[in-house]
Amino acid sequence: MVYKNLRIAGRNQMSITTYELNHLDQLESEAIHIFREVASEFERPCLMFSGGKDSIVMLHLATKAFWPARLPFPVLHVDTGHNFPEVLVFRDRRVKELEARLVVASVQKSIDEGRVTEEKGPRASRNRLQTTTLLDSIEENNFDALFGGARRDEEKARAKERFYSFRDEFGQWDPKNQRPELWNLYNGKIGQGEHIRVFPISNWTELDVWQYIEREEIEIPSVYFAHERDVFLRDGMLLADSEFVKRSEDEELVRRKIRYRTVGDMSCTGAVESEAENLKQIIEEISATRITERGATRADDRVSEAAMEDRKKEGYF
Amino acid sequence: MEFLRFATAGSVDDGKSTLIGRLLYDTKSIFQDQLESVEATSQQMGNEYTNLALLTDGLRAEREQGITIDVAYRYFATPKRKFIIADTPGHIQYTRNMVTGASTADLVLVLVDARHGVVEQSRRHAFIASLLRIPHLVVCVNKMDLIDYDEKAFNEVKEEFRNFAMKLDIPDLSFIPISALHGDNVVERSEKMAWYKGSSLLHHLEEVHIASDRNHIDARFPVQYVIRPQNEEHHDYRGYAGTIAGGVFKPGDEVAVLPSGFTSTVASIDSYEGPISEAFGPMSVTIRLTSDIDISRGDMICRPNNQPSVGQDLQAMICWMSESSALVPRMKLALKHTTKSCRVLATDIQYRIDVNTLHRDEKPDSLKLNEIGRVSLRSTQPLFFDEYRRNRNTGSFILIDEVTNATVAAGIIVGSG
Repeated sequence: MVYKNLRIAGRNQMSITTYELNHLDQLESEAIHIFREVASEFERPCLMFSGGKDSIVMLHLATKAFWPARLPFPVLHVDTGHNFPEVLVFRDRRVKELEARLVVASVQKSIDEGRVTEEKGPRASRNRLQTTTLLDSIEENNFDALFGGARRDEEKARAKERFYSFRDEFGQWDPKNQRPELWNLYNGKIGQGEHIRVFPISNWTELDVWQYIEREEIEIPSVYFAHERDVFLRDGMLLADSEFVKRSEDEELVRRKIRYRTVGDMSCTGAVESEAENLKQIIEEISATRITERGATRADDRVSEAAMEDRKKEGYF
Repeated sequence: MEFLRFATAGSVDDGKSTLIGRLLYDTKSIFQDQLESVEATSQQMGNEYTNLALLTDGLRAEREQGITIDVAYRYFATPKRKFIIADTPGHIQYTRNMVTGASTADLVLVLVDARHGVVEQSRRHAFIASLLRIPHLVVCVNKMDLIDYDEKAFNEVKEEFRNFAMKLDIPDLSFIPISALHGDNVVERSEKMAWYKGSSLLHHLEEVHIASDRNHIDARFPVQYVIRPQNEEHHDYRGYAGTIAGGVFKPGDEVAVLPSGFTSTVASIDSYEGPISEAFGPMSVTIRLTSDIDISRGDMICRPNNQPSVGQDLQAMICWMSESSALVPRMKLALKHTTKSCRVLATDIQYRIDVNTLHRDEKPDSLKLNEIGRVSLRSTQPLFFDEYRRNRNTGSFILIDEVTNATVAAGIIVGSG
């Protein structure tokens, strides 16, 4: 036996005598395997990027998978027009650094072209409209595989999701008729007009994502760290004051120290009160929390018990 | 921290959902909003108690019908380990789901109702675990509270299970008397069963030794993707990317490449952070060789004096997974094995195994949904394989229907010819 330290695919040091990988290294290896598998077997993959922490981790993993070559696929952003400005700045800088190709699919354009109609009322959101924009973009660009950063621990419909999730020519997910997935052998065979949604970080938990961001020193948008912001209370969630949300008279603005646990549209992503100003504090906060991230922050999941399943069947992320 | 992936097999009647609910609850892995939503749904459905099965049964159809349709993945952690549970339904019509859940597991947990002892279902679960070479099998004898925590009854179940398991190949078999409902021996050792000297279930899961389960002897590297940056800085770079499927690779190792048989030397093992001094499974790495030889996806890098079998004729155990078709002799299918895809012809079905009795039905006409049997296959291209018992990565494959593109079978290589 040789006793020496080995530098493995992360920043951790370990003894080689055991041949064990820690959980982050295992998760990373699994994700990289899937990125490479898709790049080998599909003609026109793309990586869906929202600017949220999960898709930032995905971009990092993809970069590692093909280094020293550039990403062999473009980055797709479905832009609702209701983004946090910090997130858009971040997106553009990251894409430039990686010399990646960015494809933007605009929900505003879908509205202007009459493909979808804007929801009305104070709770109007563009969340559901994104599905049409996304499916149109898939068709326009002939994408046959789309990487997404969904995780099985996020939501109960996602707990049943495969790494390779088959979508028919309407982009629909059929949860009762999923392909069995065995070992690390993925079936990427599809017909004309069909595609696969690929979820390389399926097995990651929210805590894994944060620990990985810390270990890899991955940069994330500032909205994830505690900061002062004008917010108001709606349905038990703190929403940011923005031009995209109409407040009713009794929804009073207050200044609070908050951060975001998830980053989606400004109109439906709630903030949590927090003092966590750095990654170490965020990890402590996540370790101690008793509420799931979507439960705490996503109005879009509150519609019904099966809100996510229903949207996924239609072709949502 | 290290991972343990385990599959649970059983049905609602065995208390499987209660057990998983308890593991999640006692390790603080259920969140308040999840619990509240489960409580609300239970009440709405008129259940007397909070139905923890609703935590795992996430699909609308499952909630409506009160059944588990699919494999659900659950996550929890203790300060010692992180766990992934593949929660699979137990009935015979879900054999394929258990095979799926067990394919990536280090350990299988089988539940037995202490009042009923070893039943057909327990035998089937043990058989599937042994077929898939899961190194560790834990039998939880549940509902001990209903038989007054009786040691004798526990020992009888244990004896009965052992007698059956002797016919199988299970390297590590343990028995734990529990009451999932009351939490006895689940997280903490139970005071009600002082006669039991072993560890609680959670303690067992935290401590079971899995590091030596992987094959670190036979070096196997199926080439997955060739990295050629074609930019100025890395003009001549040519790296072979993939996941180590067995053994250990180091710079300076002499290697052979299949199918060409050419030999070369590992120049370096690369990663985004820099060179790696040693790579082993399941690391995803990029290997560069000292000589320029033509290598592409589907090729296999190994050691010159330790090579996998190479051939077009396979003997395999397969589990058929399609509802709409059956395997019949002379059928042609697509095969995916490591990073290689080709076509195969089923030349013969030698026998079908009754998963409840282990009885062999010789020369059946077909293999239908959830049936397991031994088949002979001939592939259009040579495959580089090991017996599954030697290496799960190079000994497993899937079969795909070329018309519907559905995954129709899981295969385990038992030999060549």
